[in-house]
Amino acid sequence: MSQTRIGPLFERLLRVEKRPALIAYITAGDPTPDRTPALVAALERGGADLIELGVPFSDPIADGPVIQRGSDRALKAGTTVAAVLEIAAKIRKTSQIPLLLFTYMNPVLRYGLDALAKDAVARGIDGCLLTDLSVEEAEPYVAAMRKAGLDTVFLAAPTSTERRLALVAKYSTGFVYLVSRTGVTGERSTVSDAVGPLVSAMRKATGLPLAVGFGISNAEQVRSVGAIADGVVVGTAVVRVVEENAQSPDLEHKLETLARELRGGLPSKNA
Amino acid sequence: MTPPATGSQPDPSGHFGPYGGRFVPEVLMAPLEELEQAYNAARQDPAFQAELKDLLANYAGRPTPLYHARRLSGISGGAKIYIKREDLLHTGAHKINNCLGQVLLARRMGKRRIIAETGAGQHGVATATVCALFGLECIVYMGEEDMRRQRLNVFRMRLLGAKVVGVTNGSRTLKDAISEAMRDWVTNVHGTHYLLGSALGAHPYPMMVRDFHRVIGDETRQQILEREGSLPNSIFACVGGGSNAIGMFHAFVGDPGVRLIGVEAGGRSGELGAHAARFSGGSPGVLQGAYSYLLQDADGQVALTHSISAGLDYALVGPEHAWLRDQGRTEYVSVTDTEALEAAQTLSRTEGLIPALESAHAVAEALRRAPAAQGEVFVINLSGRGDKDTDIYRENLKELDEPDQNRPAL
Repeated sequence: MSQTRIGPLFERLLRVEKRPALIAYITAGDPTPDRTPALVAALERGGADLIELGVPFSDPIADGPVIQRGSDRALKAGTTVAAVLEIAAKIRKTSQIPLLLFTYMNPVLRYGLDALAKDAVARGIDGCLLTDLSVEEAEPYVAAMRKAGLDTVFLAAPTSTERRLALVAKYSTGFVYLVSRTGVTGERSTVSDAVGPLVSAMRKATGLPLAVGFGISNAEQVRSVGAIADGVVVGTAVVRVVEENAQSPDLEHKLETLARELRGGLPSKNA
Repeated sequence: MTPPATGSQPDPSGHFGPYGGRFVPEVLMAPLEELEQAYNAARQDPAFQAELKDLLANYAGRPTPLYHARRLSGISGGAKIYIKREDLLHTGAHKINNCLGQVLLARRMGKRRIIAETGAGQHGVATATVCALFGLECIVYMGEEDMRRQRLNVFRMRLLGAKVVGVTNGSRTLKDAISEAMRDWVTNVHGTHYLLGSALGAHPYPMMVRDFHRVIGDETRQQILEREGSLPNSIFACVGGGSNAIGMFHAFVGDPGVRLIGVEAGGRSGELGAHAARFSGGSPGVLQGAYSYLLQDADGQVALTHSISAGLDYALVGPEHAWLRDQGRTEYVSVTDTEALEAAQTLSRTEGLIPALESAHAVAEALRRAPAAQGEVFVINLSGRGDKDTDIYRENLKELDEPDQNRPAL
């Protein structure tokens, strides 16, 4: 049961506004840690409902080239786990947008599970997703996050068996993140055929909101995935805008525009 | 005669004590379960084992000799040194043992596309070889720095029909090649088998790769008993991921009188980034599927590593090694680039064996201990031969390339 900002967000969007959430991934510290709060604010102004705050890791096996380069830039700019938590605290001074840490196991393990959970809550983080943590290995991590009152979001994939979907449902709170296709993060020209069956299969395993990500980069794709999911995640397209405009004073404006375009793809289930 | 099964086994979810396990994206979890099931069925299938045994004997060249190195023993002035000749195997290193096992498994699973990573290129060559043998598509990921260091092996892989894909991320070495291979596997999971080349990665790889190499230790045990009538005092093997070492150690884990010594790459110095000595310079962490000793910085970022030998140049040690060490059953030391080069020259000039630079690390540690081990029997696992390292030897031993620089005999 979500005790964070994430549960109420989906409650409001799905029950009241009757639309899915637009979830934006951004690598914290890219291009530099001091710029991230303003970039997150721009995404929120454009219509993002929830932010996945990427903690850069040196060996991101689940990420394609664009997010790999974003992680490299952030690491070169000195972005540590502690720095990302400070970024979250700064965002929290002016915004109540739900924040989900999105990273790999090792930086979290090194920081310490209990220490991270405690410090993350104190800085206004709502939950955490570790892309290389299987549910089989998750017990100590889930216990630490629960104790601190954080949501734990896990991935489900087109290859997940029924037994695995049930495990993912069991360990997830807040929402479940469905990977739209086999592969790494990155833009694709079409939405995978695997999305529909995966959403249906996961609905049988859980009543949690289901967000879909990987390969979604434009309003048309947001529209088509939003028609069946409770949340749509866009990541690589965001990081690409950061990469292409890192030196530009227009970066915030361009991110806001991107978020607005993507949000325009969301159906209103009222209509 | 089948030697007794004495080694350690992981728990059902692939943990050696606290180490190992499965730390991969969810997309790969079901394929790993499928691989584990297929492997468990294959290992109990007499037809599978018979075919593997036949290929190991008649294609790869097993059993390999256990050779008494008389001159090396003589100049070291102490221990009686035997050398396990994995360098005589087809393709020049122990890697072929695992490749034959996994390619048979891939065929059994109906996978027609094989991907692999390679550091020194030995695993890449062995993978390309078995793919040629079975007519399978083969893609090998290799860091660009390693491609430069191991040009000959790049050419051999291409000659064998494999596609070699250069990896330009990070340090452009083995770690980055594994990440790229994992990204390929995540993307092309249906129909692709990832032929991982060391006792690393997510379960069942550390156990499976170990099992395919245990023949090294099984043969050695039988051979030394025939020759000496007793077990050796000490066994030396180099440890990158640790596949040749774990294959050798497995048969002796239950023999407390046998010291098992793994030798890591001490590189240029003990400074983080200048070596690959995980046990002295690292701490437990997760990389590329497994939890084990890892070279990392204070923030949990994986450190760069260095070794003169590409095959030892990796930030994580195989999880079973970490567990054996915690129990005090094995010990690990490191040998620097310079010491490995010296040992390689000594072995070349006393025994006519030019070792792979990886294996030269094991030779160096044995030579360090030999003088104080009068009356003891040592076994060194010579995991590979040095042909592939000729360019590196030439770079580091420039005096031998001068027209009149012949050296006196040892």
